[in-house]
Formats: sequence, C-alpha cells, structure tokens
Amino acid sequence: MTLTEKILARASGKATVQAGDNVWVSADILMTHDVCGPGTIGVFKREFGKTAKVWDKNKIVIIPDHYIFTADSLSNRNVDILRDFVREQGLPYFYDVIDDPNGQWKFDTTKGLLNRQYGSRYAGVCHTALPQKGHTRPGEILFGTDSHTCMAGAFNEFATGIGNTDAGFVMGAGKLLLKVPPTMHFRLEGKMQPGVMAKDIILHCIGEIGFDGATYRAMQFDGEGARHLSIDDRMTVANMAIEAGGKNGIFEFDEQTRAFVDYRCKLNGTKADYQPVERDADEKFIYEMVVDLSKLEPTVACHPDPGQRKLAKDMSTVKLDRAYVGSCTGGKTSDFLEFARVLNGKRVMIDTFGVPATPEIVHDLQTARWGEKTVWQILVDAGVQMTENAGCSACLGGPVDTFGRMNKPLVCISATNRNFPGRMGHKESKVFLASPATVAASALTGHVTDPREYLS
Amino acid sequence: MQSVFTGPVYVVRDNIDTDQIISAQYLNLVPTIQEEYKKLGSYALAGLPDSLYPTRYVKEGQMESNYPIVIGGRNFGCGSSREHAPIALGAAKCRIVLAESFARIFFRNCVATGELYPCECADRLCDVLKTGDVVTVDLDKATVTVKETGKVYSFKALGDVRPVVDAGGLFNYARKTGMMPAST
Ligand code: SF4
Repeated sequence: MTLTEKILARASGKATVQAGDNVWVSADILMTHDVCGPGTIGVFKREFGKTAKVWDKNKIVIIPDHYIFTADSLSNRNVDILRDFVREQGLPYFYDVIDDPNGQWKFDTTKGLLNRQYGSRYAGVCHTALPQKGHTRPGEILFGTDSHTCMAGAFNEFATGIGNTDAGFVMGAGKLLLKVPPTMHFRLEGKMQPGVMAKDIILHCIGEIGFDGATYRAMQFDGEGARHLSIDDRMTVANMAIEAGGKNGIFEFDEQTRAFVDYRCKLNGTKADYQPVERDADEKFIYEMVVDLSKLEPTVACHPDPGQRKLAKDMSTVKLDRAYVGSCTGGKTSDFLEFARVLNGKRVMIDTFGVPATPEIVHDLQTARWGEKTVWQILVDAGVQMTENAGCSACLGGPVDTFGRMNKPLVCISATNRNFPGRMGHKESKVFLASPATVAASALTGHVTDPREYLS
Repeated sequence: MQSVFTGPVYVVRDNIDTDQIISAQYLNLVPTIQEEYKKLGSYALAGLPDSLYPTRYVKEGQMESNYPIVIGGRNFGCGSSREHAPIALGAAKCRIVLAESFARIFFRNCVATGELYPCECADRLCDVLKTGDVVTVDLDKATVTVKETGKVYSFKALGDVRPVVDAGGLFNYARKTGMMPAST
C-alpha cells in the first residue's frame, strides 16, 4: 500500500484498502475557521439537534483567520458565532481573536491595518497555525473545512478539505465516508540551486500534470530530495496539492518530522503519541514522475490558473502593479527570510505587501537580526508595507477593506497559492504565482524577474 | 422525484473555480441562516469576469436566475472547498450543472447538500450551446436534448449519487435509508 492507503486502512479498521474502495474513516482532528465554521455549526445543530454535543471536544480545532481585520459587521459576527459555540460545547482548542471569552469581536479601523489587533490566543492562518499549535501528527486523519488542509500532509498524515455538510457530519459522528484515492508518485532527487524555492517545485509539478492532473488522487512526495527539504518547504509543496485537484499530498516521516512534531506537541501540551506510516515495497502508483531539484529554475504560474507554468527568466515583459508575500503557502518565517535576503538594502518599485501567516512569524521577524536591523525593519526600509495582523488577508480577496486587496483591475505577483480570476479581489485583476524570492526580485524591478539576478 | 428538467442554459467555459461561482467577499454570509442563503443565490456566478460573460447569471436586482441548467467545460468548481458554491447555485434555482468534468470537492458538496445534480458529459456542450438555448435534461435516460436542433447528447448516469440528491442531501438520505435515526 502507499502512504495514503496505509493511513486510510488503519483509520477504517481494515488490514488493507485499495484505490477505489469506499471506507468509513475515523477523524483525529476536525479543523474549521470563521468562513466555514458558522455554516458547519449550523448544519451540525440542524441535523443533530440544538442541544447535541460534538463527538469529541478534544478533536475539534477552531481557528478564526480569514475575515478578521475588517470592519465588515457580518464577518465580525461570524467570529462571535464561533466563540458562542466554543463556550457552549466547552471546546479547549479555540484560537480566538480576543481574550475575553464572553466578549465580542469588533475590528477598530481607527487603529489602522498595520498594528496588531489581537489577543494572546490568536493563532493566524489555520494551516500554518495547526502544526505550530501541536495539532498535526504523523499517521493521523485531519479533516478541515478548507481546501488547503492538504498542507498537513507534510507531517506524514492524511489531510484533506471538506465542505460544511460533511464537516457537520464529522462534528457529530467523528467519521466520514471516503473513496480511497489512487496515488501519484513524485520522487524528488538532488538539491535546489540558490534562488530556487519549494514553491518552484510544486509549480513545476502542477505545470507538468495540469491544474486538474491530480483530481481524485493522492500526491506522494518522497526520495532523497524530499528528505533534504525543510519542514516549511514540505508544507509549501503539500499545500498546493489541491491546485492540481489532489485530494491530499503526503510526505514520508523522518527525523525532521519527529523533531518538529514532538517539540510542538510538548510545547502546547497536546496529544504527543502517534504512529507514522512507512513506505511498503509493494506500493502501486497510477503515475510516476522523477523531479531533479537541481534542474529547477524560478517558476511562475500565470493568470488565470495555477497550471499556467512559465520560467521567471522568460517573463520580463510582464509588467506588474503590485507584489504580495503572505498566506499559508508563502507567509512562513523562511519565506520572509528569502524575501528579505533579496530586498536587503534595496527599495521596491511597486506597492508591496507583507502579511505573515501567524503571530509567531511576526514575532520571529521582529526579533531576528541581520546586523543592526531586524528582518522586519529591513523589509519596512525596503518599502514593504508589513502588517502585524497575521491572517489570510488578501490571499482570497475578502471584504473590500482587506489589507492588500486589489480593488481595481491590477496585476500582482504573489507568493500565495491560487490565481483564478478575482482571487485577490477585483474580478478583472490578474495574479501571477511565484516564490517569495521571485516576488522580491519582481518588486524591485516592476516586472517579473528571476531572483538569481540579485544573488551575486 | 422530478427527473425531467427543461429550460434555458447558461454556458461557461473551463476551470470555473469557486471564486467565480461565489466571490470570496460574500463568504461572510452563513448558508444555514435562511435570509443569507437567499442572498448567496443572488450572487451566484457573479464572480465571472464581465469581459468574458456580459450576460449575468442572476439579473441585477433579482434573487434567482432564469437559467435552471448551467453548462460548463473541464474542472468545474475547482479551487476552494467552500460549500457556499453549490449552495449559491442551488439558492439561485439552478438544478443541474452539466460539465465535461468536475473538481472533487465541488462534486461532493453538490451531493452532500443535495442542492443540484452534477452531471458529467464527455461531449463539450460548452462548445455546442450558447446561453439562452433551451434544452431538456432527462436524468433517468441520462440525455440532454437541444430544443432547436433536436440533437440528443448522453451523459454519465448519476448512479449512487442520484438518490442522495433526490433525498435532499447526505443527512436526509442517511435518515431515509436508516443509516441515521429518523429524528434527533
Ligand atoms: S492564506 Fe489563503 S490559501 Fe491559506 S487558508 Fe487563508 S485564504 Fe486559504
């Protein structure tokens, strides 16, 4: 069996499963957020009854992160709906925007969009927050009401996005009927050259198989090259499995995984035992591809979908209006460090926005020093508008007052993960996806630029 | 259960993602709140760029669409897992989406909510039909008949998915078939 099949077999209490089998799978974690949580709760109450209790309160994680720093009253209300539910059910894992469990969330526009407006529990973008807060464990099943839930496959678990109705069912029953997906095999070899990042790996793979090339399938990444990738890099790759239509993406378990997961579970006092899955000799794949990481070059996915692959070096004629670094995919500490490495001591030519995925990343950047300055200061001095309000922000457009949202038909290069029409705001705007390094180089020139030009 | 649907079609192309079906800015609406459900319908497919789709799916100022059948190309419903997408279409009174292929989560959400029938048709109907053409879809026979030309196309029968949508979604189906107690 493949890694995905092994986890699904275990979670459905079967000795073996194969692609195409329909199995009832027990959930280890159900994650939801402010955009889909209220609807999921609505389904749960409608179907299981007004006084129903969730199946296991230690297995539900609620992370408001999408429409937080906006004056939109319905969005603010949605965070309150989550809080009411958490109080009523006594859920321990709620990463609220405010500290008062009986309070109401209201964004204060007079404080501006850049300065921190959250309490001590707030965790930021769900997929980046889940591992930081100790909720991702090898061998487990994670369901989330968000398509990029597949990011947690970086930790050798089965993680996939589901809709509100399915999530409402899981909330009450703790399980879900799944079809076992066939696995596509991506064997990574070699090491990336300077200027190339994990984002380039996944953009390369999606370009190869197409934006729907993995529909109904699992994407397994392994091999020597995968072992060299950092945890952040693996997260970037697994995150975008959905951009090829994949059901999940998954990595092998190794010492890096163990060290990260053990540290995070201990730090947060979450469940610390888990059972990884290892590769079998008899894996059956529906597709195989070898990716030589040393041959990859800075890659871009052009408007209007993540499969429109080109090399950054061939795109210098594409003029840009703005640049954006942020999101679960591209707003991690390592992403900002690469972004800063290119920008250090220089000045951006176009409007450039930086949105760290989580408050912990804000802290990292405000404390890491390169010489006299913090990385945060280096970015601000380069002309980047950096916000402390970690969250999804303009990655998915959001309400019109969202930081970095394109309210006009502009052209943006972005370290995010999705570029369908209108994704970051105005429906006639265009988004080009690239690594934080490529976004940085492009911000310096105002057109799509290969970051290797700035490495020497 | 109704199995024959006749009406004008609304035609879109490949890769219609969930942002185009329901723009992210309207995700502040909660589908299980009745009036917000209706509002979602009024925004169905409003994320399509006007430059490519000058005719709106739901007319300005209306809550429901005049097109009960949507015709799509490849990978319809790709992108996010938001259930608001099939719900917006359903609330706008779309009953059937006939596409060359569907993205996985969207397909599943159509069935789980019971909002509409997602039918896969190997023929690229989006190349053959134009918005406003009238067709008759017969779910039992798995055929689409174009009124003007009389041409008949077949699509993949819905199979196991059909009774779930007929029942009005996953929970109703589970109750009807005894997988869940009839009332809670
Ligand atoms: S950062 Fe973007 S892709 Fe990630 S969860 Fe938020 S909206 Fe989705």
